[in-house]
Amino acid sequence: MADDKEKQYLFDKPRNVTRLMRGFYAICVILFILGIVPDSIIHRHISHSWENLPGFYAIYGFVACVLLVLIAKEMRKVLMRKEDYYDVDE
Amino acid sequence: MWMSELPPFVPFFLAALLALATRGVVRQLILLSAPILGGLHLWFDVTPGTLFNLTILEFQLTLMRADKLSLLFGYLFHIASLIAVVFALHVRDTTQQIAGMVYAGSALGAVFAGDLITLFIFWELLAVSSVFLIWARRTERSLRAGQRYLLIQVTSGMLLLAGALVHYQKTGSMAFDFIGLEGVAGWLIFIAFGIKCAFPFLHTWLTDAYPESTPTGTVFLSAFTTKVAVYALARGYPGTELLVYIGAAMTCFPIFYAVIENDLRRVLAYSMINQIGFMVCGVGIGTALALNGAVAHAFNDVIFKGLLFMTMGAVLYRTGNINGSDLGGLYKTMPKTAVLCIVGASSISAFPLFSGFVSKSMVMTAMIEEGYNYLWLMLLFASAGVFHHAGIKIPYFAFFGHDSGIRTKEAPNNMLIAMTIAAVLCLFIGMQPQYLYALLPWQVDYWPYDVTHVLAQLQLLFFSALAFVWLNKQGLYPPELHSVNLDMEWFYRKLLPNTALAIRSGLSSSANLLSRVATGGVTLWREKIINLSFIRHHLAASWPTGSMVLWIGVLLAVYLVLDEFLTKT
Repeated sequence: MADDKEKQYLFDKPRNVTRLMRGFYAICVILFILGIVPDSIIHRHISHSWENLPGFYAIYGFVACVLLVLIAKEMRKVLMRKEDYYDVDE
Repeated sequence: MWMSELPPFVPFFLAALLALATRGVVRQLILLSAPILGGLHLWFDVTPGTLFNLTILEFQLTLMRADKLSLLFGYLFHIASLIAVVFALHVRDTTQQIAGMVYAGSALGAVFAGDLITLFIFWELLAVSSVFLIWARRTERSLRAGQRYLLIQVTSGMLLLAGALVHYQKTGSMAFDFIGLEGVAGWLIFIAFGIKCAFPFLHTWLTDAYPESTPTGTVFLSAFTTKVAVYALARGYPGTELLVYIGAAMTCFPIFYAVIENDLRRVLAYSMINQIGFMVCGVGIGTALALNGAVAHAFNDVIFKGLLFMTMGAVLYRTGNINGSDLGGLYKTMPKTAVLCIVGASSISAFPLFSGFVSKSMVMTAMIEEGYNYLWLMLLFASAGVFHHAGIKIPYFAFFGHDSGIRTKEAPNNMLIAMTIAAVLCLFIGMQPQYLYALLPWQVDYWPYDVTHVLAQLQLLFFSALAFVWLNKQGLYPPELHSVNLDMEWFYRKLLPNTALAIRSGLSSSANLLSRVATGGVTLWREKIINLSFIRHHLAASWPTGSMVLWIGVLLAVYLVLDEFLTKT
């Protein structure tokens, strides 16, 4: 990163972004597989019955975040005001 | 070094005084030496059990009560103030420098206070000193936000004082130990702590005022007030079950706001409430593991939240903007800040090897051990959510994402040093948690790193990230927009003023009506009298001068006659 002005930065090259995303997907797949392997291979001490569902944490994390964002988007319809909302007649 | 009973706030207040009398490099050295010398003193000279009492008018104030709980927060506040001072070293603003010192000192005074009156004094000093950090932005918005902030903070202090007095009347003791939700005193003090702790519905002072402070002021603010409140709850209300529910609510509701908020420092303010929620849960559960988790998480949170506020402060300092909608692509010109931000983001998201993991997991484990299954699910939801908004959103919209075209300079060196200290601490505590665990007040055998736990956390986080990627690719992710989102503050920033205005205009119009009714009759009569032909024609006519002379003559004659008559009798 020594060039000046017109230089290309790390994520300006689509190739780098693709690499990053592939690496990320690969990690997700590996983690999911590790999560559903039988208990005889990786012994997990479970403190809650929900944790016995295969891939509990992965699914929970994904669903939680999708719900979070979709609900937040709906909240915007009710809660969002212009930036100067409070400044008008304060 | 010094006598071990020296209350830890003294060096800070002295430094504030000395800083007033000096300037330039000397002042900077004084500001730096307070947390360094004070911290060394605390570490080497002060042992649990140290007490310092001061008797005023036969009333005994405990200015210093050192035990493992207050010492932990004492160390923390020295580290935090050192980092904040280094971060603000370039600032040439006496107001901020003095306010910062007094504020940090007050926080130390509060956590070492052994009685409720001393606690109250420092509680109010915290409010009064910190508001100058907000006003130091010197904008109309910060002025008003600071006023609202001060009003709420001082109310908290008044409740604390009232509670303390009732408590004294009932128990005959001012000692600040376990209080519990017994009677009026317990509730008054509980609400006072709750305001400073940003309980739901009482939280808006935080999200309202912190983002309006200066780039460096917010770093100070994020460290002290709320953590003093967490300390106070851990001291006064451990095991109060209500706190578990309050804490769970605190972890969940702010993350929705954080997702749609545009001001990135306000996003951090919401995520701060979310993190305090975990601590409040820990205090509420009240087992040794949970309480340790709560205070350990407070310790880590000050450092990683401080780091995140510092990176956003650096962005604001360099670009003059902190809206997610206007930033992006800053990794190109601020690569070091970007990396440090990612460290902070990983810590708050509780990635294994980062500090958040080793403390948040204690609270989560304690929660499930005590059988709060559904609340545990809420906390798990909040853990995924915090990664979503603080872990991904903050770095992504500031440093990556869509390139805003802003080309600026890397943060100044003092800022980079401060952020690096915080980042190193995040990693060190994350990888070597035994040193933090050794400082924790309660005796517990706990180790966060095992296969089950690490795997579970990694799955949760990576699939949260996957959700972000998927939503973004589907175009479902809400764009950053110039906007404000209504929160509880609406009640006092919109409803209350508007109601007051409506009442005033209603009053003035009814006053008009009243006066019209009351004067209406009189006006009518006046019209009638004026219109009488005698008055209209005779009294209103202009008289000749001759008739006036005649009348004067008559008057004089009457006077003469009367005079004669009166003297004779």
